Amino acid sequence: MLRKLFPHPLLTLVLTAVWVMLVNVLTLNALVFGLILGTIVPLVTAAYWPDRPKLRNPLKIIEYILVVLWDICVANVQVAAIILFKRNADLSPAWVSIPLELRTPEAITILAGTITMTPGTVSSDLSEDGASLLVHCLHAPDPKATARDIKSRYERRLKEIFE
Amino acid sequence: MILEYTIAALLVIAGFFGLVGSVGLLKLPDQMTRLHAPTKATTLGVGGVLIASMLYFYGIEGTISFHELMITLFLFLAAPITAFFIARVQLRNHVAERDLPKPERSGTRWAGHIGQDSAAD
Repeated sequence: MLRKLFPHPLLTLVLTAVWVMLVNVLTLNALVFGLILGTIVPLVTAAYWPDRPKLRNPLKIIEYILVVLWDICVANVQVAAIILFKRNADLSPAWVSIPLELRTPEAITILAGTITMTPGTVSSDLSEDGASLLVHCLHAPDPKATARDIKSRYERRLKEIFE
Repeated sequence: MILEYTIAALLVIAGFFGLVGSVGLLKLPDQMTRLHAPTKATTLGVGGVLIASMLYFYGIEGTISFHELMITLFLFLAAPITAFFIARVQLRNHVAERDLPKPERSGTRWAGHIGQDSAAD
């Protein structure tokens, strides 16, 4: 019964939180209306979520978010330094192919998004079998090390969360 | 007083990073490297303004404001996807497949080049 009413409990929570944030006041009124939306929207869109990923380790998400936020701050300073102080001739941009161990599409999407938001890297393409990710680096004298960093810092954590 | 200085400092930092992002867009040599400047330098730029806004409303107006978090969320959803689209078009139209590293599993190709003539390889 509860499962039928809330086919996607996480989506219900997210929608409620989003509604409260959009209204920008934390009142019972906003909370109840958010919950109503959070109930109706998953019910109506359930057909479009054929298989949703299981979160094996939801608490790790917080750790992941903190790591990524910190890296974004560092990335900003690094990229700013490259832009301001490095001559274009000294720049060594490179393409890197990263072998993926992740299989969940949602996890790969998050990984690709994270790569774009962090130090001097933009994810650009996926191989046809979904097993490698093509990443462009702004300044990578050692592309292999960049690939290793991404795998150990982000992919390992995502694997713990999703698989 | 300290609060006002903090808010001012955050706004200045944000403005600085926004400016650097735009300078990078002008200065960097080609399309792919130019893509890096606005996707990153501006994140801290927008982030600084949003934190300053939340601090201002909490500390000076005395109300709690948190829809700035929504802007962060939308930014984090939109920026990588936009960058991905631009990179994909650039890859497909201006980068030859032979200039790219091969995907890990042999025999597979990058999805962006499928349907294109591979005779150039």
